[in-house]
Amino acid sequence: MSKSKSKNKLTQEHFVAPYDDSVSFDELPDAPPRSKFRFSFTGWLGLIIVCFWVTVAITGPFIAPYGENDLPFPDAYSEFQVPQPGAWLGTDVTDRDILSRLIYGAGRTIGIAFLATTLAYIIGVILGIGAAISNPKVDMVISRINDAILSLPTIMLGLVVVAAIGSSIPVLICTAGVIYASVVFRLARALGQEIMVMDFVEAARVRGEGLWWVITKEIWPNAAMPLMTDFGLRLIYVILFVSSLSFLGLGVQPPQADWGSMVRENLGALQYGTSIIPVIAPAIAIATLTVGINLIVDDVSAYSGGKLSKRL
Amino acid sequence: MAKKTTDHQNNDIVFEAKSLKINAIRDDGSELPIVKGVDFHVRRGEVVALIGESGSGKTTISLASLGYCKPGLTFAGGEALFMGQDVSKMTTDELRPIRGEKVAYLAQSAAATFNPSIRINEQVTEAPILHNTKTKAEADKKALELYHALELPDPEHIGNRYPHQVSGGQLQRLMAAMALCGDPDLLVLDEPTTALDVTTQIEVLKAFKTVIKQQGAAAIYVTHDLAVVAQIADHIVVLYNGEVKEAGPTDVLINSPQHPYTKRLMEAIRPLPEAGQGEESDDTHKRDIPALEVNQIDAGYGKIVNGMPTSLILKDVNVSIKRGKTVGIIGESGCGKSTLARVFAGLLPPANGDILLDGNPLAPSLKQRSREELRKIQFVYQMADTALNPRQRIGDIVGRPLEFYHGLSGKEKTQRVHELLEMVELPSQFAERYPHELSGGQKQRINLARALASDPEVVLCDEVTSALDTIVGANVIELLKRLRRELGVSFVFISHDLSTVASFADEIVVLYAGRVAEQGPTDQVLSPPYHPYTRLLISSVPEPRVGWLEDMTKTKEAISGISGAVDINARGCPFYKRCPHAITGTCDTTPPPRQIDKNNHIIECHLDIKDLL
Repeated sequence: MSKSKSKNKLTQEHFVAPYDDSVSFDELPDAPPRSKFRFSFTGWLGLIIVCFWVTVAITGPFIAPYGENDLPFPDAYSEFQVPQPGAWLGTDVTDRDILSRLIYGAGRTIGIAFLATTLAYIIGVILGIGAAISNPKVDMVISRINDAILSLPTIMLGLVVVAAIGSSIPVLICTAGVIYASVVFRLARALGQEIMVMDFVEAARVRGEGLWWVITKEIWPNAAMPLMTDFGLRLIYVILFVSSLSFLGLGVQPPQADWGSMVRENLGALQYGTSIIPVIAPAIAIATLTVGINLIVDDVSAYSGGKLSKRL
Repeated sequence: MAKKTTDHQNNDIVFEAKSLKINAIRDDGSELPIVKGVDFHVRRGEVVALIGESGSGKTTISLASLGYCKPGLTFAGGEALFMGQDVSKMTTDELRPIRGEKVAYLAQSAAATFNPSIRINEQVTEAPILHNTKTKAEADKKALELYHALELPDPEHIGNRYPHQVSGGQLQRLMAAMALCGDPDLLVLDEPTTALDVTTQIEVLKAFKTVIKQQGAAAIYVTHDLAVVAQIADHIVVLYNGEVKEAGPTDVLINSPQHPYTKRLMEAIRPLPEAGQGEESDDTHKRDIPALEVNQIDAGYGKIVNGMPTSLILKDVNVSIKRGKTVGIIGESGCGKSTLARVFAGLLPPANGDILLDGNPLAPSLKQRSREELRKIQFVYQMADTALNPRQRIGDIVGRPLEFYHGLSGKEKTQRVHELLEMVELPSQFAERYPHELSGGQKQRINLARALASDPEVVLCDEVTSALDTIVGANVIELLKRLRRELGVSFVFISHDLSTVASFADEIVVLYAGRVAEQGPTDQVLSPPYHPYTRLLISSVPEPRVGWLEDMTKTKEAISGISGAVDINARGCPFYKRCPHAITGTCDTTPPPRQIDKNNHIIECHLDIKDLL
């Protein structure tokens, strides 16, 4: 730049940068190349937390010091024992080992939530994208039915269903799956509509492509990323939903352990116990898992951008 | 430069960039220079144009005058002096009183700048009231003054309207009012006329020029269009890749450019549309039967009532595209050019009329057409960005028609993809890339390669060069010419840019409000006799000449035609309100007759052809 500066002074008003006739002026790149996906510090933290809980959930029966309903100190029965060697987190209302129940509960809580969310996605995405590409009348009918389900408070709906049919793990999964499918439907339909009007979809239609190609090759690859992001968030809601039902006594039934039901079982510890760990430990487990998933989702959605136009 | 000027002149300088450097921060933390030491200054009452292609850093530099860097960019050296203060080193709190009060920014799209649910006047006066520099009454008074200065229709009441109730050109001018309402010292205009029709562009340029002079503000005008710059700027700074290539007073730069890059920019400006320059394609590929033909087409949107759609866009349009020839379709936005392309493609079945492909009737709707018929007509979109699926590799995008229409696969397909990439002058390695790794011009070439992959007879090009830079667009036109010569493909070339069409088409159709105003061989359309609308279009194409704007706005076509709005539902001639020759009592009540000159030159006008010379 020093060269051109000196010339700048010479010519006063009319400045010409030094040039070389052999240099051609190629088209400049439109935008800087898209950056690779990287986890931030909080993203890594979230990943570590989630990996930890998933490992615990999978290996649960092998690493738990006691069985789900075993008593660590059968000879000295006393509810809400303080943490001590042999029971590192103390014992619960019926003197069972908190740590072991927490480990068994991890598998059940995460497993139920994962299956329910997957079910919600299968129903929601098929109907949502279906509604987006079908004619307005079909779309209208599906959407209004969906709005009706959406307008019901989720916990109330869950309570009614479980109270009517009775509680079991398959019922829990199906109930949560159907309730949350209505939310997924809205998202999938909106995404589908947004992508449907893009020129590349029209180009495929003008080419004469069938519906299956348009859905699987043109729409789905563009909808998959934002739907994945939402999957994480939805999983959190389902964990909280299942835990709430369990807390109210309508979810996972005793003596099976689940984080939500553990909080309820041990509520008495707050009033009468010598330690609050029986209530706090499962609550912390729920909190760390949901926060961990959230941290990962934050990173992914920051990368993929909020709007389709930005992702293109 | 500043060192040699006297103190008095120094005080005049509103903004000065002193070897300003701006870097982009890469993922790994390293920095990539975007602006590499740029010097220029803007004096009070002066308009300085920053000109360059996309990627040259012109917008980044203009934003630096507000002390702003886009996310991912950082000031890396030099100074950005606004009234002697270095805004590049200020904090957001320190900048707040400067932004919006002393420096005003005008973005490209007025439609995106205005809040659609707030009345215009409230938005125009918002900034000075918020900054407490004006009371509501003062701001309203100033706004009214600006509405008058900007020659807006009904200035007393226009502020009470909502943004959707005024035209695009008016909204663009209202944005200028919004920027000027707080009496800023510096106005930054970022491509304010790029998205507008030529006729609207004149109206906006004229208003901007007047109002900047009147208010005595300094302005930085960012654009890629030299012809526009010649009208409005006092001083031009030519940028390429973040460096100043040439800078100087407008007349010096326009009349005797020195730097090879400036010369290239000047060359890329297409010559004015005149008869005789259109490249007449040879008759090698000629056949008697037209490749594609539409007869007496009526088409529109909405419910069909009595056999006609409620919103009728095209009325009685006849176009015949001969093999190996190019038909240009031209008109302002909203005239129905794209609708016509959609009728050809089968996306919009017409209400009346028929479509013939190779002399055989073609089903009006896409769904009823056979794969072979679909293959023969291909569509190239305006926005290369949205026309390519971001999740597919170039090889898959170009390869799919080969697979779909010709049943190619494996090696044969790869081979053909490479041939096609070569045909559009791109290296074959591009087959492995994703669309976002390509520049705008390259994407448009891929778009074209995809259309050519099916061996089409007719390629419909909808504004294919409008979104590209001048030089890149000119290269794409050259490519199209070569392909037409070599492959014998017919093109339908839709554009609002008459000079592009004039250099490429064998035949031109001028559409106005969905009706054909004039139609015929290019040389006939671009020479007298003219339809009054064609004459207005031709004279509205900006010339890279200082003083052109003033000369142009004095012509009678401009006086009567520039700021009028298109009336789609007119009973008589739709151009009646903007026509300098309008005959009251005839033109406003009776649709104009179709007059055919020699050589199939058609003009629809009440005036006799002889009177239109």
